[in-house]
Amino acid sequence: MIRILGYSAVAAALALSLYGAVAAIWGVRARQAALIRSARAAAYVNAGLLLLANLLMVYALLTHDFSISYVAQVGSRATPVWVSVVSLWSSLEGSILFWGLVLALYTAAAMYFTRASLGALGAYANAVMLAVGAFFYLLMVGPANPFGAVFPVPADGPGPNPLLQNHYLMAVHPPLLYLGYVGMTVPFGFAMGALLSGRLDDTWLRVTRRWTVTAWMFLSLAIMAGMWWSYEVLGWGGYWAWDPVENASFMPWLTATAFLHSGMVQERRGMLRVWNLALIISTFLLTILGTFLTRSGVLSSVHAFGEGPIGMYFLVFMALLLVSSLALLAGRSTELKSTGNLDSMVSRESAFLLNNLLFTAFTFTVLLGTLYPLLAEALRGVKVSVGAPFFNKMTLPICAALLFLVGVGPMLPWRVASRDQLKRNLLAPTGALILALAVSLLTGVRSVYGLMAFAFAGFALVANLQEFAQGARARQRHTGTGFLPALLSLFRVNPRRFGGYTAHVGIIIAALGIAASSEFRLEREATMRPGDTIEVAEYKLPLDDIEGFNEPHRFVVAANYSIMDGERVTGSMNPRLNYYTGRGGEPVTTPSVRSRVRNDLYMTLLAFEQDGSSATVSVIVEPLVSWIWAGGLIVALGAILAMRPARARVAAGAARERATVEAA
Amino acid sequence: MSVKRTRTLGLIAGMVVVLGGFGYLLYGNIGENIVFFRTPSELLAMGAEAYDVPTRLGGQVKAGSVQWDAEALDLRFVVKDGDGEIAVHSKGAPPQMFQTEMGVIVEGRLTRGDGQPLFESTNLMVRHSNEYQPPKDGHPEPDEMYKSLIKDES
Repeated sequence: MIRILGYSAVAAALALSLYGAVAAIWGVRARQAALIRSARAAAYVNAGLLLLANLLMVYALLTHDFSISYVAQVGSRATPVWVSVVSLWSSLEGSILFWGLVLALYTAAAMYFTRASLGALGAYANAVMLAVGAFFYLLMVGPANPFGAVFPVPADGPGPNPLLQNHYLMAVHPPLLYLGYVGMTVPFGFAMGALLSGRLDDTWLRVTRRWTVTAWMFLSLAIMAGMWWSYEVLGWGGYWAWDPVENASFMPWLTATAFLHSGMVQERRGMLRVWNLALIISTFLLTILGTFLTRSGVLSSVHAFGEGPIGMYFLVFMALLLVSSLALLAGRSTELKSTGNLDSMVSRESAFLLNNLLFTAFTFTVLLGTLYPLLAEALRGVKVSVGAPFFNKMTLPICAALLFLVGVGPMLPWRVASRDQLKRNLLAPTGALILALAVSLLTGVRSVYGLMAFAFAGFALVANLQEFAQGARARQRHTGTGFLPALLSLFRVNPRRFGGYTAHVGIIIAALGIAASSEFRLEREATMRPGDTIEVAEYKLPLDDIEGFNEPHRFVVAANYSIMDGERVTGSMNPRLNYYTGRGGEPVTTPSVRSRVRNDLYMTLLAFEQDGSSATVSVIVEPLVSWIWAGGLIVALGAILAMRPARARVAAGAARERATVEAA
Repeated sequence: MSVKRTRTLGLIAGMVVVLGGFGYLLYGNIGENIVFFRTPSELLAMGAEAYDVPTRLGGQVKAGSVQWDAEALDLRFVVKDGDGEIAVHSKGAPPQMFQTEMGVIVEGRLTRGDGQPLFESTNLMVRHSNEYQPPKDGHPEPDEMYKSLIKDES
């Protein structure tokens, strides 16, 4: 019953999407407002249908209804309730189902909030988003049907992939990623809407700005949660391995970040109009490519989620998207002339141009490194992988330059910077740069990139904080309030600008964490008997005992350590191996991590003797790892702040006016 | 030529130089950092070219070949496929699930050891499988791995 209901809901969504896409376009062409309205209604109903289908699946997972193929595939009577719920996105079919829900909700919400004003632009955007949705519903009706029938009905299932049920972050990372990925469909839809309707002014950009920032925020958080998950679960003490799946989530982030910056150049100066459309199209295509890479099993990676027959569907879909969007862009290119010019190389817009150049090079490098193994196999028949040294060698200089730009950009005004402005703004950041360089040399940093990272982070941090300070002082003079209220009022007066700087500060803090944890990582491995003590950095760690115990859905082997500070026990570490009974008993390493502001203590149980006489562990001490996660949260906070609407401007044409604070 | 035109041309020339340089860098670097995936017999068939290039060696752990020195964290075993066999040496503990006859991928390079080819491994990965497989004959049942560790079993 649930099976048939769920499948029907998805099939109805497919039919409705196709109808809506056609009706919206037809409605515009034939000037039939009723058709356009019906297409919008289709978007709303779709959201309801997908919500129903997802709820049915969650219900089936919770009630262990193994007559449904997806439940039989990932469900298990022994899994805890939260694991059953998040199993929804633990494998291909369920994740497409969930993807469909997110897309339907985004589409409906975007249509609802823009219902009043946009005419043909909005109708075309609706058609594009519904058509994208139709592709995913088609996958579910065809090759990736989550509501398939199983006969005979099994009594129990294997449960989801152990790597996924081993940490609560798996409940968090995929939804964030989908909210980020799928959210990019909204700006893409409106960009295509602009091209289709011929309304090529900044409307599409302004309407979708907050949607783009929202999607970007979720994507940033998703990448961070993915790093965190990798760190907490995989047991090697790292958080980024240039794994294809990591790259897949990172590439759209790079182009979207470039877009957030270049979009401002268009709004302010009327430049980069073709470029912005190209960037948002690339971002969307990269999200689809990312899904293809992760979900088609085309690449082997640690995130091997499973293989499916859907690769061809994705390839055809991507080819269609690429050809149609580029054709549209080319067809309109003569109408997309810049209305502004670059006045000076020393200006905000030239900093943004450089930023875009670097982000593009970054994306291209990652794309090449990710796809190279596929190309080599297809063209030359050899199986190769591209090592992390390639990515590091190519991208570290770009990262360093970008970090420097994070500081340079904010201090440059639009149009042209005067010598005085530059002198005044450069003083403090340059001082910070020299200080940070000296401190890192004294503390033993010797690698070029390490030194650059710390020096530029110091520079950029002070440059951005200086903007806050200057802005607050200007407000103080203007309104006569205290410094702190003035500082807080900046977010009300110019949320976009100061939200952006907040995100910068988050990026800088994360960069510091990444630089310090790779530069000063200490690692030791040892085989120990109970009673033995291992020392790493300031930590003294005696092994108390090795124990095994049962939990409902797994059994656990743990090596129990105390953390000693002199003679005092200050805590304990319990690295484990978890054996998931439903999955053939492969052990899953479960590191024990203690995070502090200064450093993380990270232990992994690598092996043990079956009589409990000895255990082999690795102990890693990494400084400032928690700064990466803190930085990520600050980035998200900045994005949230930047989403608030700016204080109403007085004059009608004030959108292009300088912000109040800048003028002050 | 107008000033604007000169500037545009200059900009285009600059872009070409930058993109060209970047492309050259990419090309050179990716060539140096490709890791080939090979099986023991493929590697042995390559003769002298097999040595000292970054390689991922994939195959099965040969039965009875594993020598593990827990104190020195020193691991030696043989990886085989069909008729090819290559001795592997690695520092550091193997994953707990490392077993004889299981699929492994070792990353490193082939060296000329003491006259015999020896694969020096920097990274040892066990081939994961997503699908459930019943334990094969001769392998320990999963719960044998931990039963002995459970205390006060009443």
